[in-house]
Amino acid sequence: MAKRRGIEVSIAIAEAARQADVDVVSAYPITPQTHIVEHLAQLVADGVLDANYITVESEHTAMSACVGASAAGARVFTSTSSQGLALMNEIVYLASSLRTPVVMALANRSLSGPISIWNDHSDVMNERDTGWISIFANNGQEAYDLTLMAFRIGEDRRVMLPVMINFDGFILTHVIEPIYIFDDEEIAGFIPPFEPIYRLDPDNPVTMGPVGVPDVYTEAKKQQEVAIRESRPVIDEVFEEFAQRYGRRYRAVETYRTEDAEVVLLAQGSVIEAAEVAVDHLREQGKKVGAVELRLWRPFPFKDLKEALCGNTIKQVVVLDRCISFGGQAGPVMSEVRSALYHEPKRPMVVGVVAGLGGRDIPLSDYVKMFEIGEECLRTGKEPGEEPELVKIVGLRE
Amino acid sequence: MKLKEKPTWRELPFACCIPEPGNSVYYKTGDWKTLRPVVDKEKCIKCGTCWIFCPEYAFEEDEYGYYNPNYDYCKGCGICATECPAQCIKMEEEVVE
Repeated sequence: MAKRRGIEVSIAIAEAARQADVDVVSAYPITPQTHIVEHLAQLVADGVLDANYITVESEHTAMSACVGASAAGARVFTSTSSQGLALMNEIVYLASSLRTPVVMALANRSLSGPISIWNDHSDVMNERDTGWISIFANNGQEAYDLTLMAFRIGEDRRVMLPVMINFDGFILTHVIEPIYIFDDEEIAGFIPPFEPIYRLDPDNPVTMGPVGVPDVYTEAKKQQEVAIRESRPVIDEVFEEFAQRYGRRYRAVETYRTEDAEVVLLAQGSVIEAAEVAVDHLREQGKKVGAVELRLWRPFPFKDLKEALCGNTIKQVVVLDRCISFGGQAGPVMSEVRSALYHEPKRPMVVGVVAGLGGRDIPLSDYVKMFEIGEECLRTGKEPGEEPELVKIVGLRE
Repeated sequence: MKLKEKPTWRELPFACCIPEPGNSVYYKTGDWKTLRPVVDKEKCIKCGTCWIFCPEYAFEEDEYGYYNPNYDYCKGCGICATECPAQCIKMEEEVVE
């Protein structure tokens, strides 16, 4: 039986990669890296994990090595953050278009400048359209569980796509949490061996990543778009099997006290647990509020989101973005949520707020403020302020 | 296996892979050229320098030992004409009828 023990979240994620029996780990060990790859390097050096740990000269090369190793048929894991991910960017697109199911643990952190590696979601939102499956964890247990499930999802022959598991940098990565870590025998068998469709093999040569002339590129992109959409039933299947086996259930969209709620706060990552505390606090005052977590970011869970937000008591959604879309609509989560509901005949109003940038704490009073903005929208029928398009930052010194 | 000229997205191999090695022979690059190499066999010394330098492997040796350009693949770069020690290769304007 799994034992619950106090463990640094980064170490727990590294343990998940070990238990998945990865063949290759490649990463670049500079700030903003976490203990995840440091611990894996130790496990390989100690002979505990039989894997090839490829040290490289940059994050760009780390992802290149991951793609190459995956193309050769290896189970591959990497981890990065912030500017490290930004440097990987070019090859992040290749991992998905070459259909190499690399698993990346992404400790979400801000992007410079001013120089910052504290927590927000700027790094992952920059990778939104790279074609990776992207899932958010809101605590250490979820980060550990989802890392294990990521291999099952990505390597499934019906999927064959890379998966990034998002969890908040510092707020999760650097803290010790009580986490149920499986005994190795308990998790063995959950992740079957990786069987690629094509692999780099000198005896049976294939060409991966060839030139896509204008006559072919569009069809290749359509194929990729269909692939990520068709990953959804597999994601649900893996969530379900995990729940059956281990008792912890994950859903694409999670809800908290939304049954009779009128105003809900929608967010991703660790803030959702704090938002739930704020919901409890406001419920005690008789306010009909709730929280919604958009766990699955890509493929976007349109149906689940509509079921959670439309045709019920919810009249106002406040979307908390941890990233600014400069000169646009607040942040990417708000604009996607709002447009996803556009065609629904009975839909709530959606307003966006931005908070928790670059490691700024969001105290209870700021969550209360977010709900107040929602209530004001509901009362007046429009967004507050003279310029409703202006990004509403909560926790800003005016 | 030659791919269909214009495959639909369903017909395109997984992840745009090319599962058959050496299939670039199906892709005739000869229509790129604006100049074509013409070999003067009176001057040719059959040294094979053109065959060595051609980046497209477009020269083929015939039964008499001469090297002839394959215009289906020759892109008309002119390296052969520059390198030929006998100066027997002239680049002539490609005329499409």
